[in-house]
Amino acid sequence: MVNGIWILLILIGLIVSVFNGRLEAVTQSALDNAKYAVELCFGLVGIYALWLGLMKVAQESGMVNKIAEKAQRILGFIFTGIPLRHPAMGAVAMNIIANMLGLGNAATPLGIKAMKELQKLNPRKDTATDAMCMFLAVNTSSVQLIPTTVVALRSTAGSGNPAEIIGTALIATICSTTAAIIAVKILQRFY
Amino acid sequence: MMEIIKIISSYSIPVFIFVVLGYGYIKGVKVYDAFIEGAKDGLTTAFRVLPYMVAMFVAIGIFRSSGAMDILINIVAPVTSLLGIPSQILPLAIIRPMSGIASTGMLAEILKAYGPDSYIGRVASTMMGSTETIFYTLSVYFGSIGVKRIRYTLWAALLADLAGFIASVVICSIVFDN
Repeated sequence: MVNGIWILLILIGLIVSVFNGRLEAVTQSALDNAKYAVELCFGLVGIYALWLGLMKVAQESGMVNKIAEKAQRILGFIFTGIPLRHPAMGAVAMNIIANMLGLGNAATPLGIKAMKELQKLNPRKDTATDAMCMFLAVNTSSVQLIPTTVVALRSTAGSGNPAEIIGTALIATICSTTAAIIAVKILQRFY
Repeated sequence: MMEIIKIISSYSIPVFIFVVLGYGYIKGVKVYDAFIEGAKDGLTTAFRVLPYMVAMFVAIGIFRSSGAMDILINIVAPVTSLLGIPSQILPLAIIRPMSGIASTGMLAEILKAYGPDSYIGRVASTMMGSTETIFYTLSVYFGSIGVKRIRYTLWAALLADLAGFIASVVICSIVFDN
């Protein structure tokens, strides 16, 4: 899918530039942007290092596990198909907390573990259960509390206040996650 | 309400650092050593996205500087204005559920083109921070356990995505009074 979009952007851009007589501008922008992309990644190194360093401390102190344990109770209200204290609930909670804290790399293996645990509770192995649908809808609705990459990109782009979007993003995240939960609760009646 | 949102923005990172390091120190973690060990991954994480970033940045740069972006924005403007979404952000909204890295590159390009502190830059940042990639995650997660019939998962995920986009526009128009 990204393949198609990428090639379309380039081909359409090149064709339009011929008609608009902007071939020089296109060449210039291709070269400039390639260079800027590298500068941008250098800008990301610092904030990623800061964040992943903090997260290592949070993991070693047991903070991540502790939050995930507490979160299970709240998640129990949303994930109705999972028995209390089932390993699936623990794995789901760990993944969601990892995503909340922006631990993308750690979250994926935890998420796959959660799916495997949920599959054990599944009577029809080729069909998703309501709990799986809920887990993935919540997961893909974004639950990240502090969007570190966005803050880093804004900072590299020369923002006067890179963090000013944390509050607005948090409210929007709450809206999208709430919408995910409501959508699953409604749609599961029809499927 | 507006004040609360602004307080959240300015306090969250310092409070987070304080809580994580303070808790770690109390629990007897060698905080400095642990921090360094985690920070090493920052380098690999940032450089892993470099080729994707270059690919996306160059493609969007060509598309924008040729004038094709203006044509696209004019075509979609009637639809986006109905939803109240600035039309310059629609390309980001479309690619967001498809690819995390591609949309990161696109956001960076928007911030460069319009400025991070412009209204468009703020809405794009908020959208990016409040939505996630969908198609890739669904295929990896369901693929890992061999589930083929995913029922309504995609619809719920896309609805949530749309809610996040609309919420971003509404909240930004209130907080950053356009």
